[in-house]
Amino acid sequence: MQMSLVIDANKCTGCLQCEMACSYEGEGVFNPTKSRIKIFPFHDEGIFVPYTCTQCDEAWCMHACPVEAIVINKATGAKEIVNDLCVGCKVCTIACPFGTVNYNADSGKVIKCDLCGGDPECAKACPTDAITYQDANWTGYDKMKDYAAKAVPAS
Amino acid sequence: MSWTKKVLRINLTKGTCKSEPLNMEWAEQFLGQRGLATKYLTEEVPPKTDPLSPENTMYLITGPLTGTMASTAGRYSVVTKSPLTGVIACSNSGGFFGNEMKCAGWDMVILEGKAKSPVYIHIDDDDAQILPADEIWGKSVWEADEWLHAKHQDPQLRVAAVGVSAEKGVLYAGIINDLHRAAGRSGVGTVMASKNVKAVTIRGSKGVSVDDPKAFFEATTAAKKILAENPVTGEGLPALGTQVLMNVINETGAMPTHNWKHSVFEGASKISGEAMLEARDTDGKPNLTRNAGCFACTISCGRISTINPEHFSVQNKDDLHKSYAGNSGGLEYEAAWALGSDTGIDDLDALTYAQFVCNEQGIDPISLGSTIAAAMEMFEEGFITTKDTDGIDLKFGNAEALVKCTELVGKGEGFGAELGQGSAKFCAKHGHPELSMTVRGQEFPAYDPRGIQGMGLGYATSNRGACHLRGYTVASEVLGIPIKTDPLETEGKAGLQIAFQNATAAFDSAGICIFTSFAWSLEDVAPQLNAACEGEWTVERLGEIGERIWNLERLYNEAAGFGGASDTLPPRLLKEGATSGPAEGKVSGLATMLPEYYAERGWAKDGSVTKETKARLGL
Repeated sequence: MQMSLVIDANKCTGCLQCEMACSYEGEGVFNPTKSRIKIFPFHDEGIFVPYTCTQCDEAWCMHACPVEAIVINKATGAKEIVNDLCVGCKVCTIACPFGTVNYNADSGKVIKCDLCGGDPECAKACPTDAITYQDANWTGYDKMKDYAAKAVPAS
Repeated sequence: MSWTKKVLRINLTKGTCKSEPLNMEWAEQFLGQRGLATKYLTEEVPPKTDPLSPENTMYLITGPLTGTMASTAGRYSVVTKSPLTGVIACSNSGGFFGNEMKCAGWDMVILEGKAKSPVYIHIDDDDAQILPADEIWGKSVWEADEWLHAKHQDPQLRVAAVGVSAEKGVLYAGIINDLHRAAGRSGVGTVMASKNVKAVTIRGSKGVSVDDPKAFFEATTAAKKILAENPVTGEGLPALGTQVLMNVINETGAMPTHNWKHSVFEGASKISGEAMLEARDTDGKPNLTRNAGCFACTISCGRISTINPEHFSVQNKDDLHKSYAGNSGGLEYEAAWALGSDTGIDDLDALTYAQFVCNEQGIDPISLGSTIAAAMEMFEEGFITTKDTDGIDLKFGNAEALVKCTELVGKGEGFGAELGQGSAKFCAKHGHPELSMTVRGQEFPAYDPRGIQGMGLGYATSNRGACHLRGYTVASEVLGIPIKTDPLETEGKAGLQIAFQNATAAFDSAGICIFTSFAWSLEDVAPQLNAACEGEWTVERLGEIGERIWNLERLYNEAAGFGGASDTLPPRLLKEGATSGPAEGKVSGLATMLPEYYAERGWAKDGSVTKETKARLGL
């Protein structure tokens, strides 16, 4: 079963536990600047929006890479960077329409979400279920259910 | 690890920024944050120093857990000598400033001396600069924040700034970081402004490492589960914020109102956390938009709120910052109590507006509300008149008066400048010092010690003047954490206060939020510290560190001239019985508890720290 990250901004409190978990998993250090998921606060509107790679099927980054350093993980569907092949040309960062592939100046390679090999740390660290990891075929299920519930007369 | 072991010492007089090693010998004895900065202060600033002179120094400091994934680990404290009280000031704040300091590679930033003209400090990892702030001097915290973000073209820059109130010498001005988190109490913002420093901005990209990552991950995950499953940290605080307490404390008969003449407030439910969820008639929105978490916080008690757009406080004011029409940091329990219950005002939008002004101009809402309440009593008694108040009809319950006074204190103008001296100086000036509800010059928080006896002892002995964050026995006396005690009894409260005071000092010094202590004991903190830091960090060691910190703060205050003689409460709480509610007829039993407290602390009968106790704690 293919799974995907599902984000509900209305549940996010902006605490950055996900950024910490991500930077720790990826870089072994607690450092939001090294996180592949980012929380964007919109102060006046009073909302926090988590944002990360959605793992496009026809991934622009993968097609753009001149050295085939971005490959599909067949188990998870994640588009992963092969560090040994990546030359740090950053073309993928330009190709990605969402900005979720980024360059890491410390390593000279690009970094992006790899779904932690199928057990994403951000989802585990999120205290409010704003980030969950669900069956990719049913990512809208909870939202559908919430709207369906509005048709139920109050008892 | 998990200290960066580096301190940034900024001498504003000389214009220098220097890196120096953290004194690890002191870190072993005082852990970090509150404790460690206290050690630095007591070694570097003589106790009789004038708080607003260049000889006073301020310490912005993180703890060993700050910047890690431990829940609530974003805290920093500002330690200095307080201009409001004359004793040690230590104000703790959340948001995202402390973790950024740590992420930039600094355990502590020290500000000493005084700049010749307005400046701000800009820290970008190893680089620190003292830059001119003439363009933002005279501007609010929110305006300064916008200017600094625009200037550095960096949306992730973290800003801690003072407002106009601090520049104008309001003695309870705080430092506001991330727009609405505050190192709020005891006038730490006033000290920063006295040094001609408008703001400190930080950007960190280095990250924070821990000693044993695997053990740390396990310990913090287990501790987070405890918070999630606890009824206070997992349900009450996320749902209603600190305002979960408004109705609870009112029902306990410990909700001070009308400058502590009474201890049950009729209008409490109208300004409660529950009221913040009710949709308004005008725009159909509730006051509360959502919860906000500080850095790494899995509790999320923070409130993001809006003001009713048709409320008088925001009408016909062309120069209001745009955030008054949008979302910003909403009411906390202490602010709702001080600005509302203590002044007899039950207008939720007026209180939210006043809270926004406090955030924008960097004012401690507890001291502000309490000072206004004392002035209201003086006004109703005829001790002051409209000639003193710039024409404001300063009656209890008058929301327009609250709004006007808050604006004036924010600008430090006219009657606002007088209120800005705090209730002790204000009441003394007008001949009625007994009406000031303060200990060592700092205004009380929201718990009447006639109805919660342990808190009276806590206020009288608190090292930063009256305070709820030094020994929160409300947890035991009202909420039953860790064991239920009778709030109306004095027996056993000395030992209870001491246990809370010592543990709190250790929690603070670790770099985590004291709200975790509703669910965690030191048994839960020790494994997290032990995995994060080199060395052995046991519960016993943390308890001893807490006691050592408490005694060091006490020794500094004694030397500053505030020893046992200042361990007292205003006559109202010692002589006038509560007028209604469960505590009706009760006064504070301080006289019974205090000698027991001294004895259990190992102090002399006059409250001085004995040689034996000093030797036992290595002081």
